[in-house]
Amino acid sequence: MPFLGESIEETVQKILAGDRRTSGRLITRLEDGDDWGKEIMKRLFPRTGRSMTLGLTGAGGSGKSSLLNHLIERFRKMGKTVGVIAVDPSSPFSGGAFLGDRIRIQHHTRDDKVYIRSMASRGYLGGLARATTEALRVMEAMGFDVVMVETLGAGQDEIDVIRLVQTCLLVITPGMGDEIQALKAGIMEIGDIFVLNKSDLDGSIQVLRSIEATLSLKPGQEGEWKPKVISTVATSGEGIDDLMEGIMAHQDYLHNNDAMERAAFQRVEQELGLIFRDELERVIFKGLKGTGKKRRYIRSIIDGKSDPYTVIEEILETFLKER
Amino acid sequence: MEKRIVKKGIRVLLARLGLDAHWRGSIVVAHALRDAGMEVIYIGNQMPKEIVETAIQEDVDIIGLSSLSGNHMILAPEVVKRLREKGTQEIPVVLGGTVPPDDIPILKEAGISGIFGPGSSLKEIIQFISALGKK
Repeated sequence: MPFLGESIEETVQKILAGDRRTSGRLITRLEDGDDWGKEIMKRLFPRTGRSMTLGLTGAGGSGKSSLLNHLIERFRKMGKTVGVIAVDPSSPFSGGAFLGDRIRIQHHTRDDKVYIRSMASRGYLGGLARATTEALRVMEAMGFDVVMVETLGAGQDEIDVIRLVQTCLLVITPGMGDEIQALKAGIMEIGDIFVLNKSDLDGSIQVLRSIEATLSLKPGQEGEWKPKVISTVATSGEGIDDLMEGIMAHQDYLHNNDAMERAAFQRVEQELGLIFRDELERVIFKGLKGTGKKRRYIRSIIDGKSDPYTVIEEILETFLKER
Repeated sequence: MEKRIVKKGIRVLLARLGLDAHWRGSIVVAHALRDAGMEVIYIGNQMPKEIVETAIQEDVDIIGLSSLSGNHMILAPEVVKRLREKGTQEIPVVLGGTVPPDDIPILKEAGISGIFGPGSSLKEIIQFISALGKK
């Protein structure tokens, strides 16, 4: 079914020209996993990968959206156009979502060089939504100088954003645990820049010291990027200058090394994995749809007649035979 | 090629019209819609221009407006007018709040799809919006 009554080519041209209505529609189609969207992505892909990409992650309430607001303002002052993707969680019970990130950055809606899209995670793990990767590509194709991705409130393992963007900001606040937390694997490893927000609160010096101590334990290679820790107060704007400087320093580092190349490689690697898993699941389970087979398989596992491993082997074997 | 067009989460934009400070009604509705499986983009107080631009960027299926301060006769039709100007008049606009009965026919005439005054039940709001969103 064509898009707003247009051909693929017309749609592609509109998106390359930055048409917001068409792009908004396309992102919705991609979220719904639609084949038409995929055809358009094939054409858009060569025009992607040229934007500066930033990610903001951290616990819910740490101030990601408020910091994002400052960053949009700074990039706009530099004359850059800005695309934003803000992810919030879907309810595991109703499937619905309350997307409330936009309200903190809403006044940028008046600026026609800023484009903001809210996304619900729809059960996708890793801190992003299933189609975030694709939405980022769409915004790159639209030609935004900077594209920023805000993850949902991340815990310890929502780290997919690191491979999606060039520069990753991890936002932390005082009062989130002792040095043992700072030593754990996962989220503490992903920041190119650690933003200690709400740094006017009690205990911020201790947190700052413990992060710096943890980071200093990491044996850095010669010439390798050393993560920075920057203190900010998003409500007052304190430290935002330092944050911008940090972001630019990291971008310079990427451009002056083969790091950009590495980042692009990791991103495509992750993208391939995602699309592959998604397509495979879709193609294989498509054959089961409406046959009642899936139900019977689940039943047989619950009744103890089979187990998930055997069932998956069977499904795969049937699929391969039919091919 | 197989084409799958499946309408998944209905996306609803909820805004409080103009400078209206009454927030509770819109939040109650936002929660109810969320619990009914919809994706609600809540943007607080907004003027028609920003509401329409947001609806386009977010590709919403429905715009919900909340007004309890009497500004609905000017600002709600303004939203519909701007949608038409942008060529996006297919996005329906629903209004909730303190709307005097005499205003209802005028607002409907101006293109507001549904009006929910005091005493409306959440159930009827949900039913109305999900029926609109599935179109």
